[in-house]
Amino acid sequence: MNFWSFITQNRYEVATLTLEHLWMVGISTVLAVAVGIPLGVLITRKRSLHKPVIAVANIIQTIPSLALFGFLLPAPWIGERAERLAILALTLYALLPLIRNTYVGITSVDRAIVDAARGMGLTDWQLLYKVELPLAASVILAGIRVALVISIGLATIAAAIGAGGLGELIFRGLAMVNNSVILAGAIPAAVMALLADGTLGWLEKRFTPQRAA
Amino acid sequence: MVEFSNVSYVLPDGRRILQELTFGARRGEILVLLGRSGSGKTTALKLINRLLEVSSGQLRVEGRSTKDWNVIELRRHIGYAIQEVGLFPHHTVGRNIALVPSVQNWRKEKIAVRVQELLRLVGLSPEIAARYPHQLSGGQRQRVGVARALAADPPILLMDEPFGALDPLTRADLQREFLSLQQQLGKTVLFVTHDLHEALRLGSRIALLEEGRLVSLTSANKFLTSSEPLVKKYVDAFGTNDRQPEKP
Repeated sequence: MNFWSFITQNRYEVATLTLEHLWMVGISTVLAVAVGIPLGVLITRKRSLHKPVIAVANIIQTIPSLALFGFLLPAPWIGERAERLAILALTLYALLPLIRNTYVGITSVDRAIVDAARGMGLTDWQLLYKVELPLAASVILAGIRVALVISIGLATIAAAIGAGGLGELIFRGLAMVNNSVILAGAIPAAVMALLADGTLGWLEKRFTPQRAA
Repeated sequence: MVEFSNVSYVLPDGRRILQELTFGARRGEILVLLGRSGSGKTTALKLINRLLEVSSGQLRVEGRSTKDWNVIELRRHIGYAIQEVGLFPHHTVGRNIALVPSVQNWRKEKIAVRVQELLRLVGLSPEIAARYPHQLSGGQRQRVGVARALAADPPILLMDEPFGALDPLTRADLQREFLSLQQQLGKTVLFVTHDLHEALRLGSRIALLEEGRLVSLTSANKFLTSSEPLVKKYVDAFGTNDRQPEKP
């Protein structure tokens, strides 16, 4: 049985698994953005927090994904459903690029622009959302892009703890020693990653600030 | 309008950037802070709008210590133009100029009128409002910087080498225009420069700073003939090409 006939015969299952995959990646990325960007902004305001926050995010990133899934298993509520577990783990992995890029994006806004803005009497909030965030947008988007692509890949491993997603097919194919089944999981995941990368790349370009000549 | 009395500024590492500065800017004058790089003139300016905080002494704006001002209110009372201009690259010229009025919730029509008025005032054509800063020449950007500083009609202007990055001809144009603008508007201006010619051309009075201390404060026309050795040194350093001081 080749790859195409497997896909067409099992199109409902492939579609369902793709949606599960998207769901896990989508929710975890939204959560990571909701936590990571404010944290990134926070460490530009309280510089003493910069090192510890980045260090923790770095450490999380170095934990092998299977081990992280395992660590989180005993957690209350989260541990009850494999899907919650997978979303939490993916969120944690996505934090580092988001925090770091938000920090770098904001701190690399031209000092003269920030001084001018403060000197004109913008409040801290106005400075942040009228000047710093718009000018850092392309760098922050680059962080989201990296986080998203990593998540799509990592989410395949979530199938190992029964969280579903396209990893199901990959693990099943491995067990059956059937390349078509592996590909039926791997190719949609790869396409998803490429699409995400392309879309975010396009957005990033659109938000790149015009440089003074 | 702006009074320094015994103002010092010390860095956290203990280095003294400004020492016991005492001087004041009178209403409607252009007070030039002249000095070489590192003399503390930019620091003095940033103390006025509290981008930096006074370490000791009193700094009053309109009779009130800067510490007693709400910092946002203080800054909106004072226009600020700097050499790198600091225009926001993601906003059009119009939005750059309109920023302070818009955060002060002016009505849209009033802002639009104000932007046009300011562009005319600094010698730019109204169409420029729709352009982005990177589409302008250096001279145009500086003009926009001045227009933006004037946007909410602040009585005080702080200018930190606003014409420093321009070629000599454009700079001379802008200086001339700025002078006539100032005569129309009657703002109190504190103007930082290291350029003696600029100081002589624009200043009502010149304050010479050296290593964080005030060396002399005289009217511009007495500056060249001052007997103060450091003033002489500064004047001599600018060479003999014009405005040679008369030897006594």
